[in-house]
Amino acid sequence: MSATTAEGTAGLSRRGTAARLARRHGWTVGVYVLLFLLVLYWRTQTNLPWGPFDVQSLAIDALPLAFAACGQAIVILSGGIDLSVGSMMSLVNVVAAKYMVHMSLEEALLFSLALVACAALAGAVTGLVIVVTRVADIIVTLAMLFVLAGAALAVLEVPGGGVPLQYQSLVTIDTVGTKWLPAAILILLGSYAVLWLTMRRTRPGLALYAIGSNRPAAYLAGVNVSATRVLAYAFSGAFAALGGLALTAASGLGDPNSGTIYTLNSVAAVVLGGVSLLGGVGGLLGPIAAAFVLTLVKSLMILRGVDQNYAQVIQGTLIVLVVMLGGLAIRQKAKGG
Amino acid sequence: MAEHLLEARDLAKSYGPVRALRSADLVVDPGEVHALLGANGAGKSTLVKLLTGVIRPDSGTVVVAGKPVRVRSPAEAARIGLAPVFQDPALVPDLTVEQNLRLTGTDRGAVRRELRALDLDVDFSEQAGDVPLPMLRMIDLARALAREPRLLLLDEITAALPSDLAERVFTVMRDSRERGRSVLFITHRLKEVIATCDRATILRDGGAVATIEPEEGGEERIVEYMLGPEAAQAAAEALEQDADRAAPVRARAAGERPALEVEGLTVGRLQDVSFSLRPGEILGVAALEGQGQDDLFDVLSGEQTPSGGEIRAGGRPLKARHPYDAIRAGLVLVPADRLHALLPQRSVRENIAAPRYNRVPRWGAINMREEGRRVRGAIDALQIDIRAARQVRRLSGGNQQKVTIARWLAGGFTTMLCFDPTRGIDVGTKRQVYALLRRLAEDGAAILFFSSELAELPLVCDRVLTLYGGRITAELPGPAADEASLLRAMHGLVEGDEEAA
Amino acid sequence: MTAAPAPQRTRPAIRQLLGDNPAVVLTFVFIAIFLATDIVNRAQEGQAFLTLTQLSTTFLFAAVLGLMAAGQTLVMLTAGVDLSVATTATAGAFMISRFGTHGAATAILVALAVGLGIGLVNGIGIAVFRVNALIMTLGVSTITLGLLTVQAQKQFTSLVPEFVVTLGSQRFLTYIPYDLLVWAPIAALIILGLRYSGIGRMIYAVGDNPVASRLGGVRVWQVLLFVYAMCGLLSAAAGILLVGFNNAADLGIGAPFLLPSVAAVVIGGTSIFGGLGGYAGTILGALILTVLDSLLTILNASQAVRQVLYGLIVLALAAIYARATAASE
Repeated sequence: MSATTAEGTAGLSRRGTAARLARRHGWTVGVYVLLFLLVLYWRTQTNLPWGPFDVQSLAIDALPLAFAACGQAIVILSGGIDLSVGSMMSLVNVVAAKYMVHMSLEEALLFSLALVACAALAGAVTGLVIVVTRVADIIVTLAMLFVLAGAALAVLEVPGGGVPLQYQSLVTIDTVGTKWLPAAILILLGSYAVLWLTMRRTRPGLALYAIGSNRPAAYLAGVNVSATRVLAYAFSGAFAALGGLALTAASGLGDPNSGTIYTLNSVAAVVLGGVSLLGGVGGLLGPIAAAFVLTLVKSLMILRGVDQNYAQVIQGTLIVLVVMLGGLAIRQKAKGG
Repeated sequence: MAEHLLEARDLAKSYGPVRALRSADLVVDPGEVHALLGANGAGKSTLVKLLTGVIRPDSGTVVVAGKPVRVRSPAEAARIGLAPVFQDPALVPDLTVEQNLRLTGTDRGAVRRELRALDLDVDFSEQAGDVPLPMLRMIDLARALAREPRLLLLDEITAALPSDLAERVFTVMRDSRERGRSVLFITHRLKEVIATCDRATILRDGGAVATIEPEEGGEERIVEYMLGPEAAQAAAEALEQDADRAAPVRARAAGERPALEVEGLTVGRLQDVSFSLRPGEILGVAALEGQGQDDLFDVLSGEQTPSGGEIRAGGRPLKARHPYDAIRAGLVLVPADRLHALLPQRSVRENIAAPRYNRVPRWGAINMREEGRRVRGAIDALQIDIRAARQVRRLSGGNQQKVTIARWLAGGFTTMLCFDPTRGIDVGTKRQVYALLRRLAEDGAAILFFSSELAELPLVCDRVLTLYGGRITAELPGPAADEASLLRAMHGLVEGDEEAA
Repeated sequence: MTAAPAPQRTRPAIRQLLGDNPAVVLTFVFIAIFLATDIVNRAQEGQAFLTLTQLSTTFLFAAVLGLMAAGQTLVMLTAGVDLSVATTATAGAFMISRFGTHGAATAILVALAVGLGIGLVNGIGIAVFRVNALIMTLGVSTITLGLLTVQAQKQFTSLVPEFVVTLGSQRFLTYIPYDLLVWAPIAALIILGLRYSGIGRMIYAVGDNPVASRLGGVRVWQVLLFVYAMCGLLSAAAGILLVGFNNAADLGIGAPFLLPSVAAVVIGGTSIFGGLGGYAGTILGALILTVLDSLLTILNASQAVRQVLYGLIVLALAAIYARATAASE
């Protein structure tokens, strides 16, 4: 009988697990390679002996963006977008700074946990609004951007507040006996592991990918699309809160405008990290590396004495070029098969 | 008497002013294969979506095994024991087959068993997006079977499957019956209904008009129910008239310069294909899934560039890099998927007039009167029902297809490439489309007509080409293109030859 | 065979009206907010708000937003978005003050040319290189701002020509703002163009179904290039009016208009998914947002309260609209 169907799909796997692995993880590996190269380049740029302090400062600098990118990545994977990430970071930042001023380390930590939980809840509410009102997510999160920014202003009109010293040093203390692995990175990886790695292969985690990949098919298959969307935004809230706390720990201060630039930068980090803006493809490791890359690029330029504004221009151009090339590469692959 | 498995009464659903389902009744008994028939717009798809929780009814009741139920989502439908298999497989492309199954909490072992029972072998670690479409449908089917459903709902499943897989589906249906399960089989293929189903419910205009037991040679009776007795009579008469008219058309075509010539065309799966098409001629193409017909139509419509060979339209070589080039050369496409041809939220008028403005010089002010004239002309020629004219997506499938053809009538063309134009269209509209195509041919158009429904090829075409393995295996004159001969050629079995390479 | 026509279903009249004819309902909303502002103003200041002067001021203010939202409308009709409208407007404003010493005509030409150029860059990235619109326009806006900052640090005499100041801030016949002389014809052109021109049809087609458009012979990249270029041009025009109003250009001048430009389009009923909507609704959206701003100012609302309210109102209006269009399906 007809040749093409009887053998099923067995023939396809002959194409090789190697090719499949390359396709799925190629971009992520690429970003890490880029990061590695940049770090090497960075090394050559400073005349002073290179020490763990530099790694630390990079980590602290990049941490907020890395968290923001994680949250944004999850939402984008599920086929949505969250423009309120930056505002949420600002809000958590000011609330933390305002109330932690007189707290002990233990209290501050507990408070931080509470903030993350509340932010997750707020994110869930955003998701719920999106689902119930049927308004496009870009509009709802845009509106939430205003609302949360306003709330941040209500808490602290001007920069102020403070944090317990040990809290600040949390991101800088040495861990695992080595100065090269600042707590910042550990906290980042820890959050990644606890919040995402555990979820990724479970049914809700797969559902996140599914609704981003092909929402109608997912619905027909029986996935609870609404609940999954709400979950995505809850994650975004949680990670945004972590980003806001990172900002607080890094600066020791609360500033109602501190998070503004992170919204769009987080989208950039996600795209650079290999996550498709259409959803369904990618992971979190890529965006994390991309956040470091973006931060490092800016630091490098300032190091080289580039005018801060030119640095801005160059960063913008870089992002656009990378996305352009990435888009071309994907289309070439689709044509070539 | 055993109770009914499914009893749906008085189901109704409207979308704004459009009443998709007026008051539909459906009764399915355990252990039966039940067909759901009806013209497009009669309410079949709506009924299935209501039963499987994709949409909610405005009114009506559904009782499953004696218990009234409210199906609020596909997940809930699954829990009640209603397992649908839709035309678009419910598998997401970016996850592997295994992950897709895990997503819905399906027992992988059970699915594997079902696939093996279907004589199929699937690598679960393959990404769903890489699996060919017919195989995805079978996986979807296996998944539904693995749930051991009380009622299996198959929505047009055989319409898009190659015949060997379709056979396996029929086996599944017979097995289900033996196990006491039921199957609701939605299809347009009356022959299949007669061959496999115990009973059939026919919908018309949003309500169930009859439930019958299909019998040999009972197609006409079914069509009569679907169309209503007067319309059926008229359609049958029209068909007879057209059959008579066909003869003079075939005699005409000789002696004119070909509208389309293809020489040594090689692209994708196509290998060295050559043929020519004269004005006034309807050339049919028949092939199993994936034998090169997609590539052929892609190249002719300007979607793809060939790797070898030449195409001449009206005597001039065609080097199309974009559908625009092909259209300018007079080659227009009527695709199988209406979603590839229509602007759903725009009006009928805008859709029909759209190709007129596809180049920059035409971006200026529109001559509304001229446009109106041409659009009305096309609407009249095709007898399009424009009651829902505000947005084309509210039209029935048949009317939508007419709009896709109307676009080219308003703009003018030389050769029309029709790729499965009657897929998913009711019988009445199908006949109108055949008549229209023949009329266009009579007026001098050249038509290339691919159809997955072999029965319609001899009704419409002057000649039929068959493709197998990317090559033309046979050319049959219209009257000789009966299903048996076509099938043999489509499988590469040609009289006196070895199997085509 | 078509579905049987349904008997007249009773649907809330407002919803039906909103779904089929958003402009009507929006006009009511505009009037309602205007009246509310009047009431509040009388209560607070003892003065009426429902005066011709205030009405004229509202239109004066709304023109800037209206022009930026015009470009945004065109872009969103094609299912895209342009997040660089604010920086493009700033660039336009900056060019005026930078070249003001060369005369109004030169300055205006430069500003418009810059706007067109930025729009073309956006268009090329999005239409030719298939970069996602969000990313492309975002990147371009970052680049624009950076370049402007560098330029601003250089030495030059900044001057906003008298003509531009008049255009941006003065009225004639006591009540008619000069900037309406810019906004009104452009509005008419856009509304008529979208309905009665070939390019208008193509914009809707590309937004509704780019795949079908392509198969129908439309070279989608041409249409996209056009809309983004137009958006850049319109944003620059908005910037010209803006600098005329402020009589000075600082680099943050355009920023407050970015999100409102998107909001005005949405409130006006254009679908963010493309293919449906138009400029008439956007005009009303711009007016509504402007008068809303006045209301909040009069209420002496703090920045914080304004922001929150702004967000909630945009959300509410968008939700009502989403309900209405869903109901009319």
